[in-house]
Amino acid sequence: MSWEVVIGLEIHAQLTTNTKIFSGASIAYGAQPNTQACPIDVGMPGMLPVLNEAVIGKSVMLGLALDAEIGRKSVFDRKNYFYPDLPKGYQTSQFNYPIVGKGKLEIEVDGVKKTIGVTRAHLEEDAGKSIHGAVAGQTGIDLNRAGTPLLEIVSDPDLSSAKEAVAYARKMHELVQYLGICDGNMQEGSFRVDSNVSVRRPGEPLGTRAELKNINSFRFIEKAIEFEIERQIELLESGGKVVQETRLYDSENDVTRSMRTKEEANDYRYFPCPDLLPVVITEETIEQINASMPELPDAKRARYVADFGLSDYDAGVLTGSRDMAEFFESVVEKTAAKDIKLCANWMTSGFSGALNKGGLTVKQSPIDADKMAGMLNRIIDNTISGKIAKQVFDAMWNGEGSADEIIESKGLKQITDSGAIEALVDEVLANNPSQVEAYKGGQEKMLGYFVGQIMKASGGQANPGQVNQILKAKLSD
Amino acid sequence: MHNLTIKQMSEKLHAGEITSVQLTQHYLDRISKYDTELNAYVSVTPELAMMMAEQADKKLASGEADLLTGIPVAHKDIFCTDGVKTSCSSKMLDNFIAPYDAHVVSQLKKVGMPILGKTNMDEFAMGSSSESSYYGPTKNPWNHQAVPGGSSGGAAAVIAAGLAPMATGTDTGGSIRQPASFCGITGIKPTYGSVSRFGIVAYASSFDQAGPMTRSAQDSAWLLNAMAGFDERDSTSLQREAVDYAAELGQSLKGLKVGVPAEYFGEGLDADVEAVVRDAIAEVEKLGAEVVEVHLPNKDLAVPSYYVLAPAEASSNLSRFDGVRFGYRCENPKDLEDLYKRSRSEGLGAEVKRRIMVGAYALSAGYYDAYYLKAQKLRRMVRDDFTKAFESCDVIMGPVAPTPAFNIGEKTDDPTSMYLADLYTIPVNLAGLPGISVPAGFVNDRPVGLHIVGPYFSETKLLNVAHQYQQVTDWHTRMPAQYQ
Repeated sequence: MSWEVVIGLEIHAQLTTNTKIFSGASIAYGAQPNTQACPIDVGMPGMLPVLNEAVIGKSVMLGLALDAEIGRKSVFDRKNYFYPDLPKGYQTSQFNYPIVGKGKLEIEVDGVKKTIGVTRAHLEEDAGKSIHGAVAGQTGIDLNRAGTPLLEIVSDPDLSSAKEAVAYARKMHELVQYLGICDGNMQEGSFRVDSNVSVRRPGEPLGTRAELKNINSFRFIEKAIEFEIERQIELLESGGKVVQETRLYDSENDVTRSMRTKEEANDYRYFPCPDLLPVVITEETIEQINASMPELPDAKRARYVADFGLSDYDAGVLTGSRDMAEFFESVVEKTAAKDIKLCANWMTSGFSGALNKGGLTVKQSPIDADKMAGMLNRIIDNTISGKIAKQVFDAMWNGEGSADEIIESKGLKQITDSGAIEALVDEVLANNPSQVEAYKGGQEKMLGYFVGQIMKASGGQANPGQVNQILKAKLSD
Repeated sequence: MHNLTIKQMSEKLHAGEITSVQLTQHYLDRISKYDTELNAYVSVTPELAMMMAEQADKKLASGEADLLTGIPVAHKDIFCTDGVKTSCSSKMLDNFIAPYDAHVVSQLKKVGMPILGKTNMDEFAMGSSSESSYYGPTKNPWNHQAVPGGSSGGAAAVIAAGLAPMATGTDTGGSIRQPASFCGITGIKPTYGSVSRFGIVAYASSFDQAGPMTRSAQDSAWLLNAMAGFDERDSTSLQREAVDYAAELGQSLKGLKVGVPAEYFGEGLDADVEAVVRDAIAEVEKLGAEVVEVHLPNKDLAVPSYYVLAPAEASSNLSRFDGVRFGYRCENPKDLEDLYKRSRSEGLGAEVKRRIMVGAYALSAGYYDAYYLKAQKLRRMVRDDFTKAFESCDVIMGPVAPTPAFNIGEKTDDPTSMYLADLYTIPVNLAGLPGISVPAGFVNDRPVGLHIVGPYFSETKLLNVAHQYQQVTDWHTRMPAQYQ
């Protein structure tokens, strides 16, 4: 009998604010321990939280993007538990009344589309970090991260494979970055994915789940879930039982391991935080935010296919990130003839290829949209051929200047003078009498040979169209 | 000098007849002389006081002084005070020196009120007698066998004994009004949200409210003017236009409708206290007020509701006292759990632990609906009672506490009888209303207060009613013989 896999994801997206969710301390990453923790973050006596209102708009944006219910009156609650990196002894979170209610997100795996339910998204503060080993025999506490604003996005248990789970996570990752509400940096923990994995026989109630935490790449998330599915199936088939627990992924050995041996049922004693007022969101606010929403990736892809006539693949590459799409649209805008196909080809091959090769993001690209468009304009106005453009592009990538500067300094300007091209044609034909004979005898494929020879003789700079035209004229004489 | 009214003190300071340095030194001398016995101060801060007094004198000389500039003040030890131990009368915070000022403290510093010290209280403001203090009980200046009330017992005692001209307090379930009643002083708890809670060590956040503790209603109005106002650091602080709480002092009480709730004069009320309170109401009637009967049918639900909700909030508010970052930490903890358990067991007192346990229980899975949610419903019922009552009256009058000050040790073994000491004050906190305790007489040698409660934002009215009463009575001017 087969097994059915049930996966739900909890994604913690760190919101791109300057300061913490309830204090004025900075949330910049990587500062010296405890230099970005004010008395509120440290939970000092008498300190009170004040909501950073920037988090509200960002949360509503996600809610709108997920076609979700927006919590018109959302409430902050206290989740009570003791832990050294939790300064107040409670985490301020949202329980019964989250800011984002039920929504959905469409994913695609192997060409099959599936709509995944989003249970809710709620605001909460991050905890600090325990640091082991800095002081011998003691545990250090760094509260820089305490109070960092998080939006916890909880999916329905609608995902039925590791691939679907990763597709959903990637889609959410793309979405929060498009919205500009999260920088998506998984290494720094700005985007964290926890996976709840269980298996069951079809038609049976949900199986016991294990939670996979702290995995900071999509590749490892997929591997960890795959391992976990195998582990649970093997365990159940050999008569064992799955224990509800948190498991960590060991990427070196490609296995998951139990994090806690003693599994306690925590009673968090949630209750509304009396220090914070409920957040009331009006229809007007929602309309304002809706009006300021950027175009979302799915809509953008559809537009690129419909309006620009691009293939699904090209549209996918060009909308792979908001930065990529903005770069592309800027290049199109700056090229003289708005030759979308040409722009798209260069973006999906030359530009994307160079980024991938260098392991760079669009933001880190050594050339900007102006430079890219500058080069494309020279192709369009026949100053250079597509082939020469590759040389120009590489030189621009290496920081040798703009397309015009490189064409000038390297003498790459295309030969369009028909007298000069005629001379080249004559020379090649004169040097290859037997091939000319062959051509005239009916071997028309020799034409390509002549073109190759002429281009070679011109150092690649002869305009290929003109070469063809003049060559054909001469041969038919 | 300690027999002067605040108005007289202010006039003399402004006229240059006395200096703040002289006045402050006078109080410091009295504290040295009397407080060893009284135990009303947890900390005395003579150097800070004198430095501030000198600055106040400069301000007075410059002509830019406020009414209260140069007049010393004592802060309840629940207000964080920069550079000064802020203990909340707990072993847990015996080593805690606050690195910031509570909003109230910084407001009064701006005015130029020298800080004499920090007053004793029930540990973390949990109590009605000031006996749960880690530093031992404060005595009632009127009778050293008696408690001063609580939790702001130290503040009430220093005003009654003339060891400070003005003091700050906080009131969560009656902690300003009940000790004011027990010590024969005036104390007002303003509408919830009037005074910022920033820097006040939290007990029960949805109830905690700071207010002045002084001799007269006029003094309270002046001090409240300096304490109140919007503070963006407290999300529950009310954003209103500045109020002059002394604005209505001097208005006639003719036509004032005084509601007297029958439920406040029933079983449990000491007959002598009742007589004092009824006399006081009669006195107000003579000033032109009209007495009407009102009802607060759910009065008896208030104490049970409060003793679920306040401990629930406290159980969470006090979680930060875990021995990790500040405050008491046990010696040589074996591991993390041992650190938590022993630091809290050793650092917190019995009443605090009792409330944390009650609160954690009320919030726990399976009990939340039956206790916490139910108590919230009762809270609304109690509030609705007041709303209805105020449809037919301007203010409500009754007793502050069912008895005069009881003896030290009398109720320490019986928490529920201690809880009933706040029977009449707690409903006012549940509703978030303003209430004032005004000295109204004595039962034997122990003072008794008149409780006046008004609708939201009626402080100016309450203060005037109290002020008018104090124009025709002298209870508020009396001092215990040995402190005169």
